[in-house]
Amino acid sequence: MPEAFQVAIIGSGPAGLSAAARAAALGMSHVLIEKADHLSDTIFKYQKGKHVMATPSSLVLRSDIDFDAGKREFVLDTWNEQTDGHKVNVAYNAEIASITGEKGDFLLKTKSGTEFRAASVVVAIGTQGNPNLVRCPVGEGAVVQYQLDDPGEYIDEHIVVIGAGDAGIENAMGLASDPQQRNTVTIVNRSADFATAKAANVAALRAMEAEGRLIVRIETTASAIDKGEITLDTRDGEVKIPCDRVIARMGSAPPRAFVEGICAKFEEKDGKKAIVAGTGVQFTSPDRVAYPKLSPTFESTVPGVHVIGALAGYPLIKHCMNQGYDVIEFLNGNRDLKPADEPILAAKFARLPGNRSVDDWLAIFGQNILIFQDVSPLQLRELMLDSQVHAFAAGEVIFARNDTGSSMFAIAQGSVGVEVNPDDPSITVPIGQGSIFGEVGLISGRRRGATIRAAEPVVAIELSRTAALKLLATSPGASRAVTRISIERQLLQMFGSGLTSQDVAPLVDSAEVMQVRAGEVVIAEGGDDKDVFIVRRGSMIVEKQIGGRQVFLSYLPAGSYFGEMAVIDGAPRSASVKAAIKSEIIRLPGDGFMALLASNPKLRERALSDMASRREVNAFVESRKNSFGSAVDMYSETAQFLVDNGIGEATDVLLIDEKLCVGCDNCEKACADSHDGLSRLDREAGRTWAHLHVPTSCRHCEHPHCMADCPPDAIRRGPDGEVFIDETCIGCGNCQRNCPYGVIRMDARPPAKPSLIQWLLFGRGPGPGEAPYAWRKKAAEAEGVERPKVAIKCDMCAGIEGGPACVRACPTGAAIRVAPEKFLSIARLESVE
Amino acid sequence: MASLPENDTDFHAARRASDHESFLVHRRMRWAKVAGALCLSAFLGYFLIDQQPRPNGGSWYGYTLGTIGLGLIVWLSLLGVRKRNMSEGRWSLKAWTSAHVYLGLSLIVIGTLHTGFQLGWNVHTLAWALMMLVIVSGLYGVAVYVLLPGQLSANRKETTRAQMIAALAAIDRQLKHAAQPLGREQSDLVIAALEQDVFGGGAWARLTGRYPNCATRRALCGLPDDFRTMADNTGPEERVRVLLRRRDAQLGQIRRHLRLKALLEVWLFVHIPATIALLAALFAHVTSVFYYW
Ligand SMILES: Cc1cc2nc3c(=O)[nH]c(=O)nc-3n(C[C@H](O)[C@H](O)[C@H](O)COP(=O)(O)OP(=O)(O)OC[C@H]3O[C@@H](n4cnc5c(N)ncnc54)[C@H](O)[C@@H]3O)c2cc1C
Ligand code: HEM
Ligand code: SF4
Ligand code: SF4
Ligand code: SF4
Repeated sequence: MPEAFQVAIIGSGPAGLSAAARAAALGMSHVLIEKADHLSDTIFKYQKGKHVMATPSSLVLRSDIDFDAGKREFVLDTWNEQTDGHKVNVAYNAEIASITGEKGDFLLKTKSGTEFRAASVVVAIGTQGNPNLVRCPVGEGAVVQYQLDDPGEYIDEHIVVIGAGDAGIENAMGLASDPQQRNTVTIVNRSADFATAKAANVAALRAMEAEGRLIVRIETTASAIDKGEITLDTRDGEVKIPCDRVIARMGSAPPRAFVEGICAKFEEKDGKKAIVAGTGVQFTSPDRVAYPKLSPTFESTVPGVHVIGALAGYPLIKHCMNQGYDVIEFLNGNRDLKPADEPILAAKFARLPGNRSVDDWLAIFGQNILIFQDVSPLQLRELMLDSQVHAFAAGEVIFARNDTGSSMFAIAQGSVGVEVNPDDPSITVPIGQGSIFGEVGLISGRRRGATIRAAEPVVAIELSRTAALKLLATSPGASRAVTRISIERQLLQMFGSGLTSQDVAPLVDSAEVMQVRAGEVVIAEGGDDKDVFIVRRGSMIVEKQIGGRQVFLSYLPAGSYFGEMAVIDGAPRSASVKAAIKSEIIRLPGDGFMALLASNPKLRERALSDMASRREVNAFVESRKNSFGSAVDMYSETAQFLVDNGIGEATDVLLIDEKLCVGCDNCEKACADSHDGLSRLDREAGRTWAHLHVPTSCRHCEHPHCMADCPPDAIRRGPDGEVFIDETCIGCGNCQRNCPYGVIRMDARPPAKPSLIQWLLFGRGPGPGEAPYAWRKKAAEAEGVERPKVAIKCDMCAGIEGGPACVRACPTGAAIRVAPEKFLSIARLESVE
Repeated sequence: MASLPENDTDFHAARRASDHESFLVHRRMRWAKVAGALCLSAFLGYFLIDQQPRPNGGSWYGYTLGTIGLGLIVWLSLLGVRKRNMSEGRWSLKAWTSAHVYLGLSLIVIGTLHTGFQLGWNVHTLAWALMMLVIVSGLYGVAVYVLLPGQLSANRKETTRAQMIAALAAIDRQLKHAAQPLGREQSDLVIAALEQDVFGGGAWARLTGRYPNCATRRALCGLPDDFRTMADNTGPEERVRVLLRRRDAQLGQIRRHLRLKALLEVWLFVHIPATIALLAALFAHVTSVFYYW
């Protein structure tokens, strides 16, 4: 029987380490269990010399272990030293595989069978997870590794990389890039295409293959790995090739399954082992980004099991360390400890009336606001850190029509009025306590559609777009509430001011949210179905058959609705609508729609007259039917090309008309000169079709992929719809990996250059444009301050009067920035012809 | 069929303010109209105003034209600064270039009328001649700006310059390998091709795209398709030949790229120095006029 500890802490990242140090300082009997043979594996695996950042700076560090911004090596050395100094009891090489038992007596078992007993458990295993292992037999002496630190390390070897995602491709290319190393590199992919990798990586891999620098094997799997040899299953049968080293990059399994299985009961379901509902550690929703349900003391749904750190939804090192300290204090019986972010929240709430404490306000928010109803107090705290609170006097404008802003508001106290008619502010529609407004901002950085005024004194919470999206992903209740409200408002907007929410309620009830794949047809031309659709996310393209050809009519971004014409005038579908990219649409059944029109004859009449303008495009197409020739083909193909290159999810994209571009690179130079000396666009790179070039530059996606995994939430959407990265970026590179268009670069901001005059007159400095790497390096060394590498991308020249510098600096008019819905409209053909 | 979200695109459009049109037709050729009007009034003035004793730079009308011309030239020269100075504000280089081209052309009329057709061998005529040189080179510039970009794009075929160079390096590595089994004479040819500085040949070669001493070509000639060995067209010679042809094609693309870029830039080597000389000549012209008044 192993010795029983008061607390077992799993994972020695910043969270676990800080917890263990606190336990040691308090004299609690403890064990810190780490699967690696060193502390803090996530940080250990950062790139050598990486500058670790200590954000947010307003948060104080509360831990027995020091942490300050600095080089990775320095941070790790400090932690190793202080762990020893505190006499922390660490068990290395111990990967916990199961946890059973109950509060007061847990049994933790490692993979190799070692056991630990503890009264409480703190889970701090981060979100990195475990790499997926090769499933074929591995013979004695064979080398299989799941990480590649330095591709320059290996020479004269036969290396097989398994898995052709981005990580595998980058590793294979790294190993093969220097012919001096004389490695024979083979990359093995199970399927025929490279669906999970970035297009740029695939293209580069294919280029290297064409040059004979590495071997790509598709539709191939490994069936056995032995010393010096690997057996591959290919389409043409079994093949054996020499192999000294296998690098397996087949993704990693998130730790969620392990966490859910903690103290869970299992049952047999459809032949598989499944967790009995209501047992184990529960998560807030099935969504990928959801976190475990936690109490304010970090206790999970299994009493005695606590979850902290990145796994609890706090990915910054400082947060992690504070939580490690706090959780041990709680376990030690300290009930008065306020979380370290308390002063930040207190300062935020100070502007609200009534002099209430932070806890009071949190309780009020949680009770009053519909979308917060099933949000845990801990999650609410985190949400508040990313949000603003406001108090408005009666009559005060909260935001005005056409204001910029992409945040969402929730009314904690009071009510507001929406001025639905811009010409007559006296007509208002009320929104009451507990409800939300400004939710359209979640779709994209669109301007506000109407002015909103406080109808009485109001306390409101303003959630940033990122915070709101995270809330929707992790709280199914909030998601349902927002969906319902936004459908209702969309309908009211469609019909103008003539209707009330009661009128549209039946239609809202019957609305259905649907997911559509890229290319999936939603409406087929000639059909007589009568449903109406709203694009909630993604975008659609409208096409029409003309003379046997599919002609591209127009592009519908999120927020558009379509299909209403057939309902109103009863005619068959006049064109097809299909998804440009993976999208989410709302289907409103046609009969409900018709019932609504039937009961409102005036409404129907107005709808008919409103439609006149929408018919214009169709009329134009019909009138030109016979004269349509190559211009239309060209237009349709160009549109398709642009959609294939990500314009389908763009809100604003830089295009270069190569019939006008003289290659002066003034666009790049201007970009660099107006942005810290680094260019955010690569003019030459990128695809071209019919002289229309899509350079490597941010498309300001409707739903930016880059935002997905940013620990400090540094990527946000600005007032003009631009997606930008703020100064809290910690340089982890997640966004660079997540952007499918390869537009983010990681670089250090160089010191300022000598001025233009000095260059013109005395030739000082490197001149206009991005300075060469050598100059930047030298200048940075001369300056002597360390400049960390951070993520850098186009910000659409936000804050620069006059707008995008790249466009303004183009002498010939070749560089243009366009919104897809304007650029991809057949109406433009008139001017093209 | 469908409706776009309300009030969404217009404000973006206002901020972008980038209509898809070239500098020559910018804003319905606003600056062509301005320049045309300027020329027309200069002509009218020249023929309607009775200049005493005869039309020249010294009459009050001549002074007017001279002042306008000088102002224009100074402003036109400032394009070089504007282009390199990325400052905030609602200006666009396209608008500047548009105005530059058309107002620059109007100088032919204004400057020449200013002389009153009194040309001779002096600093005044030198200034006029330099101005004409700048203008003529500018005309060439506009011509290549209109004609060549399409070719540049077609030749590039989505590859960047760096990629072209990398592709060449890759072919070279394979060539080096493939040439090992060749005979002495033939491998010397390949080595000569590999060692040659492919971009050498000077400005003339770059502008014309002709590289008469190209060692790759010579190597190809030295390894002719030999009908007697046709049976063996997978042998080392054939491999080298294929690679040499690939190298030749790759070189061709790079050289066409360089040639087009050179043609697009070469005129600036006249336009800018001549502008500087013009400014100096104008300075001499103006001081001498006032000095000898
Ligand atoms: C490249 C990169 C750069 C970053 N840069 C910064 C930065 O500059 N500043 C910043 O604040 N944040 C940064 N972050 C985020 C930060 O590193 C993490 O969010 C943080 O390390 C999370 O801490 P943690 O203690 O929750 O988990 P982790 O640090 O992930 O630690 C988990 C530990 O648990 C161990 N473990 C996992 N499973 C088991 C098991 N079953 N049994 C036993 N042990 C187990 C792991 O080996 C690991 O040591 C960066 C992240 C990345 C990926
Ligand atoms: C006396 C009259 C003129 C002067 C002093 C003048 C001067 C200049 C200068 C200083 C530049 C900047 C070059 C650089 O820095 O890269 C320039 C550019 C240019 N000029 Fe002129 N110019 C004159 C007339 C013209 C005319 C008549 C034309 C056309 C018909 C013309 C066409 C151009 C063009 C196309 C550019 C290049 C713009 C660019 O690529 O940014 N110029 N000129
Ligand atoms: S960085 Fe990439 S993912 Fe992010 S908005 Fe730009 S193009 Fe989209
Ligand atoms: S901006 Fe990018 S690099 Fe910076 S923290 Fe976010 S994901 Fe990491
Ligand atoms: S819009 Fe501004 S930041 Fe973006 S590429 Fe152009 S110049 Fe650079």
